[in-house]
Amino acid sequence: MPPRAGHSRVKALDYDDDDVYSDDDYLDEGDGDGMTDEDKEQLRLGTINVKSALGPSISIPDTEIQEALWHYYFDVAKAASYLKNKLAPKPVAQTKKQKPISRFDLAAASTSGPSPDDIVLNAQAKGTKPKKGTSKHATGDKATNDVTNSVSALSVEEAPRVKSKNLDVLKEFEKSDMKRMANFVVIGHVDHGKSTLMGRLLYDLKVIDQRSVDKLRKEAETIGKSSFALAWVMDQTSEERSRGVTVDIATNYFETEKTKFTILDAPGHRDFIPNMIAGASQADFAVLVIDAGINSFESGLKGQTKEHAMLVRSMGVQRLVVAVNKMDTVQWSKERFDEISQQMTAFLVSASFAAKNLTFIPCAGLTGDNIIRPPPANTFPDDWYTGPTLIEALDASEPAKRALTLPLRLTVSDVFRGGIMHPLSISGRLDAGSLQVGDTVLAMPAGEPATIKGIESESESVDWAVAGQIVTLHLADIDPVHLRLGDIICTPANPIQNIKRFTAKILAFEDVFPMSIDVFRGRMNAPAKVVRLLSTLNKASGAVEKKKPRIVAPGALAKVVVELEREMPLEVGTRVVLRAGGDTVAAGLLESVE
Amino acid sequence: MRLLKQQIDKKDGSGFAVLLPEEPEDMWHAYNLIQPNDLLRARAMRRITKESESGSVTSVRVPIDLTIMVSSTDFDVGSGQLHVAGKVSAENEHVKLGSFHTLDLELQRKFTLEKAEGWDSVAVEMLKEAVDTSKRAQVYAVVMQEGLANVCLITEHQTILRQKVEVAIPRKRKGGIDGHDKGLDRFFTTLLRTLLNHIDLPSQTPPYTPVLLASPGFLASAFQTYIKTIATATTNKPLLALLPSILIAHSSSGHQHALTEVLSSPAVLAKLADTKYARETALMDKFFELLRKDDGRAWYGPKEVEQAVEKGAVGRGGGVLLISNALFRAQNVAERKRWVSLVDRVRDVEGGEVRVLSSLHESGKRLESLGNVAAILTFPLEDLDEDDEEDGARAEGEMEF
Repeated sequence: MPPRAGHSRVKALDYDDDDVYSDDDYLDEGDGDGMTDEDKEQLRLGTINVKSALGPSISIPDTEIQEALWHYYFDVAKAASYLKNKLAPKPVAQTKKQKPISRFDLAAASTSGPSPDDIVLNAQAKGTKPKKGTSKHATGDKATNDVTNSVSALSVEEAPRVKSKNLDVLKEFEKSDMKRMANFVVIGHVDHGKSTLMGRLLYDLKVIDQRSVDKLRKEAETIGKSSFALAWVMDQTSEERSRGVTVDIATNYFETEKTKFTILDAPGHRDFIPNMIAGASQADFAVLVIDAGINSFESGLKGQTKEHAMLVRSMGVQRLVVAVNKMDTVQWSKERFDEISQQMTAFLVSASFAAKNLTFIPCAGLTGDNIIRPPPANTFPDDWYTGPTLIEALDASEPAKRALTLPLRLTVSDVFRGGIMHPLSISGRLDAGSLQVGDTVLAMPAGEPATIKGIESESESVDWAVAGQIVTLHLADIDPVHLRLGDIICTPANPIQNIKRFTAKILAFEDVFPMSIDVFRGRMNAPAKVVRLLSTLNKASGAVEKKKPRIVAPGALAKVVVELEREMPLEVGTRVVLRAGGDTVAAGLLESVE
Repeated sequence: MRLLKQQIDKKDGSGFAVLLPEEPEDMWHAYNLIQPNDLLRARAMRRITKESESGSVTSVRVPIDLTIMVSSTDFDVGSGQLHVAGKVSAENEHVKLGSFHTLDLELQRKFTLEKAEGWDSVAVEMLKEAVDTSKRAQVYAVVMQEGLANVCLITEHQTILRQKVEVAIPRKRKGGIDGHDKGLDRFFTTLLRTLLNHIDLPSQTPPYTPVLLASPGFLASAFQTYIKTIATATTNKPLLALLPSILIAHSSSGHQHALTEVLSSPAVLAKLADTKYARETALMDKFFELLRKDDGRAWYGPKEVEQAVEKGAVGRGGGVLLISNALFRAQNVAERKRWVSLVDRVRDVEGGEVRVLSSLHESGKRLESLGNVAAILTFPLEDLDEDDEEDGARAEGEMEF
């Protein structure tokens, strides 16, 4: 008998052809010493099968086949491979070599187009299928040659792992005439219907198909929360679903005729404001969702409606679309809408939003009225509302300015495993600059270089990306321990510095005195201390009002010195948020590094 | 710490005390007691080289009792080790006078301390506190947020950061939910293992030290559920027995300074009331509340507080002086005297209350950012910072022009 290892290897090759005949069928039956009729019938069928498996070119006496079959308990596959082995020992040696090669081949095919060698190899891989048992003899020598050739060719290809196309990204960007892009963050108090509104928007735009929504509805009904079905489009983790609260930012995309939008659905609960800050830092404008219901609006105003609005403003968002949600619960009352609009306008203007940048839209997320289509006639009593729908209001937003020519800055908002091909991927918004496949970038604060293997934008592979886009980067040549949420990806030519102490001009939301705080910048969340209060400033003129104040009162403008526990990548002009004890204490602009 | 012998003159404070540290916490007390220029006598190992007449050199390690005049102290919070460096100040058969030695104070090894400037009121108070043997409360606290946790041990006098656990958890993404759940699971596994390492369950007997889990959102309770599941699945009896002593609290983040919120939450206070750190936390909260009102009754910073005491505002009827023990560890003798006399004045002359906060507790750290000293006044005072402001203006003016 030939060595077991030998024919089991061949068997693996044979498998495709023979797996119709399940091994088990035969194994159970051939246990008698004498031949029963059943055995004979099987032997006859088996012989035919083995013959067909071996192919016409091999001629073996039937007796030999039968002997082999008997030996292997009518296992056609094993018998066939045994016979083949006996007749053709050479292919065994060849397949040994081929195995590692084919893997190289795959790797090569994935990084570059198929080379001539690959084509030969591919053809040859097909050729090794057992039907043409003898063809192996013929191709044997040639294949070995090809194998050595392709190995040497591959080793050359390995060196520059990722080839840069050396594109002039800015020119490419101009040429591409890219559709207008906008990222917006959806904010508001908890349970005011942010996720549901966005779920509805995506559903009505057919981004989410009917089937998925039906499935979500069913799931939601089984746990008795049918009204949450649309929110589950955005809230995907089990915890978010069982608790009915958004915990983390959900990202989704949709397109109108004019613009490509990225939705960042923020959590409303006060415990998750850090996540909301991470979302807002990626946004060009914001949609503030307000529950029009009796008491809901008022309680929201005391809660996160205000805090969120002030936060997005202090992070540089200028334009705000206010979606007055759940209008169906107040019978689409004009009085209620006007009351909310007036109160909110007064507040938002005091939070230094320009009145012209505010748009109020009455809508209902659960029913979908006035989101992408106006509600049926007479929904508004006396048709008092003739303004735009929510989607029209979104479309009217001015495109954000892109900091294309500045040095590259990307804030990491997620580090994950992008699949087998991409063991390390990050995602985040390009705050400034541009990048392309093959670029070497620097991850700060670790100061570790990495190579960009691939770029994805809106789930599609692209060659380059520019400021303003939210992209996924597949990285190579870096260990995951060097990447944390909130890190900055920058260009080695013009890296961002790690700093420990800085002076910031802040707008206080709460009392500020020397105390422990958390500094937020995008996903970054670092423990720090306010170490000195330098001065309070006049809000209008910016002149110093009082030096070395003992305490900075809410609403006041001040200059303070902040010391971080660990060095962090920050630079002048960065907007930071200071929080303590679950409250946003202040928002500010980094003025100078000490 | 056990007080073996004490000979302190009540009038001038001269004299010495013989102390025996028994637990790691005692090292912290010793660190606070021992000042530069004090005389410290303790057992030490020292290598002695001898040259015989034939010229061969032998060296032996000899245990000797050394008396040194302290020049500096070095305390390692994590391991609770105290090293005291100084010059040998008493004659000895092996060691020359004036040569340097660093004494490593050890548990269950007595030492004798004699104060250079005599035992002042603060030192005597500290000594009293150090030798107080009443049962002290301890609690493990884990403040966590997704991907980050700080495992701390809170004792009567210190908050010790035992370990920081950081695990990268992928965020929720379209189609990438798995990563988040897996990451979270990995985080819990790592954290539980770390926590159990520090608690060392098998070596303890019930009732266990309470374990406090705090986080924003539902993370802490999710972790509690995870511990329950693990304990039940592996029928780990000590772990099952630990379950009842796990408390859940709310914190706004997983950073260590979020402990402040945890300790001031009513649920935790109910369990831990009447411990030093709970009282300190409550006191700091009260101070900050007054500061927020900005009615001139709460002041912080060395100069301001001294002025307030000068004006008699920190006296009978609600005056409280909050001072961090870091100030009494000052290397400079004059500096220490300044604070001791302030304490004496408030306590003995004005009749106010003095609270010495541990600089290793979160409350002490909050006080530290205020300049290590603060006061709650009996009547409002305005413009204590007036002079200061002029100074500041001048200083900054010079800088600008």
